[in-house]
Amino acid sequence: MTIDTSDILAALVLTLELAGVTTLVLLVIGTPLAWWLARSRSLGADVVGTLVALPLVLPPTVLGFYLLIALGPDGLGGLAGVRSLAFSFSGLVAGSVVYSLPFVVQPIRNAFEAMGERPMEVAATLRASPLDRFFTVAIPLARSGFLTGAVLGFAHTVGEFGVVLMIGGNIPGETRVLSIAIFDYVEQLRYREAHLVAGGMLVFSFLVILAMARIGRNIGTVRP
Amino acid sequence: MTDARQDEETGSALAVALSGKRGDFAVDAAFSAPARGVTALFGPSGSGKTSILRAIAGLTRLEGSVSVGGEIWQDGPRFVPPHRRALGYVFQEASLFAHLSVDGNLVYGARRSPGGVDGELRRQVIELLALQPFLSRSVADLSGGERQRVAVGRSILSRPRLLMMDEPLAALDIRAKDEILAFFETLSGALDLPILYVSHDISEIERLADRIVLIEAGRVRASGPLNEALTDIGLGFVRHPHAAAVLPATVVGFDGEDGLAELDLWGQPVFVDGSGPDEIGLTRRLRIEASDVSLAREPITRSTILNTLRVEILAIEPAGRANLAVLLRLVAESRLDAPPPTFMAKVTRRSAARLALAPGDTLFAQIKSVSLATAPTR
Repeated sequence: MTIDTSDILAALVLTLELAGVTTLVLLVIGTPLAWWLARSRSLGADVVGTLVALPLVLPPTVLGFYLLIALGPDGLGGLAGVRSLAFSFSGLVAGSVVYSLPFVVQPIRNAFEAMGERPMEVAATLRASPLDRFFTVAIPLARSGFLTGAVLGFAHTVGEFGVVLMIGGNIPGETRVLSIAIFDYVEQLRYREAHLVAGGMLVFSFLVILAMARIGRNIGTVRP
Repeated sequence: MTDARQDEETGSALAVALSGKRGDFAVDAAFSAPARGVTALFGPSGSGKTSILRAIAGLTRLEGSVSVGGEIWQDGPRFVPPHRRALGYVFQEASLFAHLSVDGNLVYGARRSPGGVDGELRRQVIELLALQPFLSRSVADLSGGERQRVAVGRSILSRPRLLMMDEPLAALDIRAKDEILAFFETLSGALDLPILYVSHDISEIERLADRIVLIEAGRVRASGPLNEALTDIGLGFVRHPHAAAVLPATVVGFDGEDGLAELDLWGQPVFVDGSGPDEIGLTRRLRIEASDVSLAREPITRSTILNTLRVEILAIEPAGRANLAVLLRLVAESRLDAPPPTFMAKVTRRSAARLALAPGDTLFAQIKSVSLATAPTR
């Protein structure tokens, strides 16, 4: 019996696409969010900070269930006249963004907090406008936080299962990512394929965590 | 002297009037500074000096007004944000950008100033602060004193109209302090802008300041020329164990054999070590500590003491249990712009009684040690 790699390849490409798009979206929305959470001491910031952290403790099925409802025809999209996002790639991205949000926001927020107020004050006295100093001082000084957040966000999206299953289902080429594929193979007792994918994921995860340690060693030592 | 209003002469480049609550104390301070030279904000730790400086920069907001060289930075509801104020600010701890090289730090503000990086100014600043060896280095490889030099250079290159320094030496060890003070002295002579220098260390102020603003509990207790403040009995500097006066004098000669320079102090000669023939014609600051000055009715010739000045007693004040502080004025023709300078002698009550010292007496002040406080200025 030969292994059908085209199935696995399709799932792999889809997984990388999903993780890549999700990470990009997360960096774009996570950066201002992290900045605000790092700087604001208001109750609102604490509430939002808690909401952002919720996916850390909620069972993915809970999150998936609500996302399914929100993204379905009776949810927000339906109300706005948009067709349902459930069981589509866009739906997966939306779900992954919510699910991986804390893994991107938290490291960036920590880096912004560790930086303190001083570098931004210095830049202000050197004629840099708020936006200018955000891009030329805050972001470069928080680069280890960005790198950590990007790697974690990517890896966590690759590794998600529950949310994807709830809102994405198992449509080859559309929503069938690697973690779903493993589940599928095991159900069909196709252990060789399951081994291949599971082993690959294991190596990938190992490399991610090793990379995190190296990032911490090489960049984390530069003190602002 | 004790009236801050008096100092608001026309042409003062910096005018500040700020008030408001900062944390648990109230600031209510008004003062001005001339277009050139170092104005020191002096006072004990926690007296509000830094709060005032930050508010002048616009980093925090107090009520009131700030204007620099006729340009209004703050007045009533008008508040120019810090990045639109042409200011240089040197913070207490080295605050260089860790993600940029030394050169990247230096030109950060210059790039954002009108006209961009001025190559000639950059060359001058690098030479003045001896930054050449650091340029390609990483910020992390610099010592504390070197970092502060880069921070000062970075501020100047952004072409400020006001340079502010907030205890820039407080985090440095004594050797680094001494080294960087020499750079600051040269700098204050070379820069054509007002410098506000915050410190609680009187020895820094004796070396650098031209004027002093005395801050106590958020308020201006006094402001005026440095030596007037140092020798103002009411301000209490006199009671300090190392109380000293700082007097400018001109180098007029140099005896190569003895290694002594002759300085002219309002017509009276003073001989000191530490100058050279190349400084003839330049002005140096003489520092005379009150405890190094003794008083005599007759000139004493057979003595190792080199410098004797003709003085008049202005006032006598208690300074501790056994001592008195005697305020002296140099005997000299009063010039148009100023009366002759004052300095102090610390004498025992017993000696004062034996010589029957009284205000108005003219006598001889023998000075055991005169030191040059600062680098020469033109």
